[in-house]
Amino acid sequence: MSGLNKVVDTYDQALRGIKDDMLLMVGGFGLCGIPEGLIQKVADLGVKNLTCISNNAGVDGFGLGKLLEKRQIKKMIGSYVGENKLFEQLFLSGEMEVELTPQGTIAEKIRAAGAGIPGFYTATGYGTKVAKGKEVKEFNGRKYILEEAYPKADFALVKAWKADRFGNLIFKNTAANFNPMIATAGKITVVEVEEIVEPGELDPNFVHTPGIYVDRVILGKFEKRIEQRTVKGK
Amino acid sequence: MALTKDQIAQTIAKELEDGFYVNLGIGIPTLVANYVPKDIQIMLQSENGLLGMGEFPTEEELDPDMINAGKQTVTAIDGAAIFNSSESFAMIRGGHVDLTVLGAFEVDQKGNLASWMIPKKLVKGMGGAMDLVAGAENIIVAMTHANKHGESKILKECSLPLTGVNCVKKVVTDLAVMELIDGKFHLLKRAPGVSVEEIKSKTQAELVVNGDIEELQF
Repeated sequence: MSGLNKVVDTYDQALRGIKDDMLLMVGGFGLCGIPEGLIQKVADLGVKNLTCISNNAGVDGFGLGKLLEKRQIKKMIGSYVGENKLFEQLFLSGEMEVELTPQGTIAEKIRAAGAGIPGFYTATGYGTKVAKGKEVKEFNGRKYILEEAYPKADFALVKAWKADRFGNLIFKNTAANFNPMIATAGKITVVEVEEIVEPGELDPNFVHTPGIYVDRVILGKFEKRIEQRTVKGK
Repeated sequence: MALTKDQIAQTIAKELEDGFYVNLGIGIPTLVANYVPKDIQIMLQSENGLLGMGEFPTEEELDPDMINAGKQTVTAIDGAAIFNSSESFAMIRGGHVDLTVLGAFEVDQKGNLASWMIPKKLVKGMGGAMDLVAGAENIIVAMTHANKHGESKILKECSLPLTGVNCVKKVVTDLAVMELIDGKFHLLKRAPGVSVEEIKSKTQAELVVNGDIEELQF
């Protein structure tokens, strides 16, 4: 088997090496584009004291909500608690450490981690709690704060639509969200997909994430739960 | 009569210009999309990665992979573009979005707004709001003028944790349309049947009233 073949057959292989105290990045926006099977496997393995970087923390009982229920997450870094009751409760009670971070800053801190950029200046959050303890610098009369890249994740858990055996990825619709950046920022990047194809079947012009970033690919099964089902009135 | 949520949205929709790229926040701002004037074309940006957000889908079109920033299922219009979160916030932070409409708990006369948490009571998180207010050229805040106890939410200084500083340009409440100029709110329009005195009494911030203030028409 070629070293370039990233496909694994089982979730055990997909998450081989995962341990307590690790840093995880998990793709998805709300429940859209989350690696459902990989999250379930993390729950089943029961690893704990995790730090998770993910825009949201699922909903009660689904997505990262499963890890919250089993108290596997020591620290959650995200932008939105929203309607996740357990998340809010763990945060307000202080049982779980929470670092709320502006959504665009999360995206860029992940991107920077993958791109070898140690930090960047942004106007986002200047003058707010988010700026606390951060260097402020003025450029052309406007004030910006220094945001540092995240460290690389021990495991980056990604959901994509299609992958070829080399790990080239294509995302579908708004299920892309944070997944492409997270794919670049893992020491080990694991991608759960809906379809695996042979090299050559994906048009290289339309590959979203090149396979160089990807370590393991597994064919997943997805429930694709909808958080806010809204349809057009008759 | 205080404006309804839809009337607030309708009032904001008059600020839209042909060719605008617009980000609408969750709640009242979302309703603005229903009142886009027929003779103009705008493109709605949703920060989870969609430029050209369309209507809600039919049952047949429903796609769990196609949602907006409020996590509602939506469609993409012909000519839409889809991209990742980093790209999405590059267009926001980079000042490419012409108008951002969002809600707030409080605004103040320094142009600050607070919208993401009430200490010890409520934590929603800032989501993309801090990026949006830092990046947009033009920000309109849609909110109620006072809380249910009648206490003003248009303040000299915000009491809650801030979302952004010196960023608010215009505020449309259930009672009034106000513009922030040089550290003072200027009353531009009032809700039908709502007196200038009532607006003054419910505005803790400095409020400039020049001449007769027209009533909004619906």
